[in-house]
Amino acid sequence: MDKPWNNKAWWLVAPMLALVAFSAVIPLMTVVNYSVQDTFGNNQFFWAGLEWYEQVLSSERFREALLRNLLFSAIILAIEVPLGVFIALNMPKKGPGVSVCLVLMALPLLIPWNVVGTIWQVFGRNDIGLLGWSLKSLGVDYNYVSDPLDAWGTVIAMDVWHWTSLVVLLCYAGLVSIPDAYYQAAKIDGASRWAVFRHIQLPKMKRVLMIAVLLRFMDSFMIYTEPFVVTGGGPGNSTTFLSIDLVKMATGQFDLGPAAAMSLVYFLIILLLSWVFYTVMTNHDAQR
Amino acid sequence: MNFSWMAWTPATAAFFGVIFALIASMAVWERLKPGGSPRVGLLRIETTRGDRLFISLLGAAFIHLAWLGLTDFSLWIATGISVLYGIAVFRWV
Repeated sequence: MDKPWNNKAWWLVAPMLALVAFSAVIPLMTVVNYSVQDTFGNNQFFWAGLEWYEQVLSSERFREALLRNLLFSAIILAIEVPLGVFIALNMPKKGPGVSVCLVLMALPLLIPWNVVGTIWQVFGRNDIGLLGWSLKSLGVDYNYVSDPLDAWGTVIAMDVWHWTSLVVLLCYAGLVSIPDAYYQAAKIDGASRWAVFRHIQLPKMKRVLMIAVLLRFMDSFMIYTEPFVVTGGGPGNSTTFLSIDLVKMATGQFDLGPAAAMSLVYFLIILLLSWVFYTVMTNHDAQR
Repeated sequence: MNFSWMAWTPATAAFFGVIFALIASMAVWERLKPGGSPRVGLLRIETTRGDRLFISLLGAAFIHLAWLGLTDFSLWIATGISVLYGIAVFRWV
């Protein structure tokens, strides 16, 4: 072979490109078209220029929803990633316990978003819900319907319950792929438990952790169904995240132009943050 | 085929035309000089030509948004700044 690459191989990704074009690029182009126009339905559009972008960028409502979303993503990443790593480290690597643990971990992931929301909505009620009633019996003034802090606590607990398993399973996959020879070498050297984690397990988990962080960030930043079912964005607007606000605007108020402009700004923020996460993590990996 | 549901306007068609022209020119560039010219620049990360185009376009989007949100001046100035930013990215990043 004269050269180490062959550009004809790009044709192999053509079917996937066609699929992405139909499922993502064309809808995205349509959203861009909507974002500079106004419509009253019946497929009739009127040029609005950059009015909707100006409206979104100066909107207090958008800024508050964005800050809520960033805070939510930061909190759940700070909880789910260390917790997921901790659980994965303590799961059995051999024996019958492996299957039991894997099934238990996979269970929350199999439950649809709206069902998770309904489970936690009932679970948190202080008249019939186990959590709400237990807290009330202990004298804790807990009411996610009227107290913003309780609503946040419930939504965060629900997300941690639903998605920590994903981090666990990814980290576990990384951990079981480490050859025994590494552990044997560490044992011969008299390495501590922390040293084994820091110099063997963590570096080997880095790639799967990067995927876990990216997936959880993107997913939490786009969260909609669970908080919508549990709190409906309330009390007040305290759990109104960007996606909830976007749906209210697009389908509730039928403001397609402002909703399109908002979704594009939302998309760009996700794109930027995901790129930063990806670049920082892969670059750190490459430097090692 | 009827594409009226996509609500095309001349401005958005021109916008996407420029984006697709940029991607097509990257393909031609790759054909003329294969390998993507990877290098470590100002950001201390390895970037290829494609990465530099992505950073330029993403940066240009945020320059326009910031300009729109923070000033009342013409958006063409933001476009000019974006072009300079893109040149800087391709030169030093």
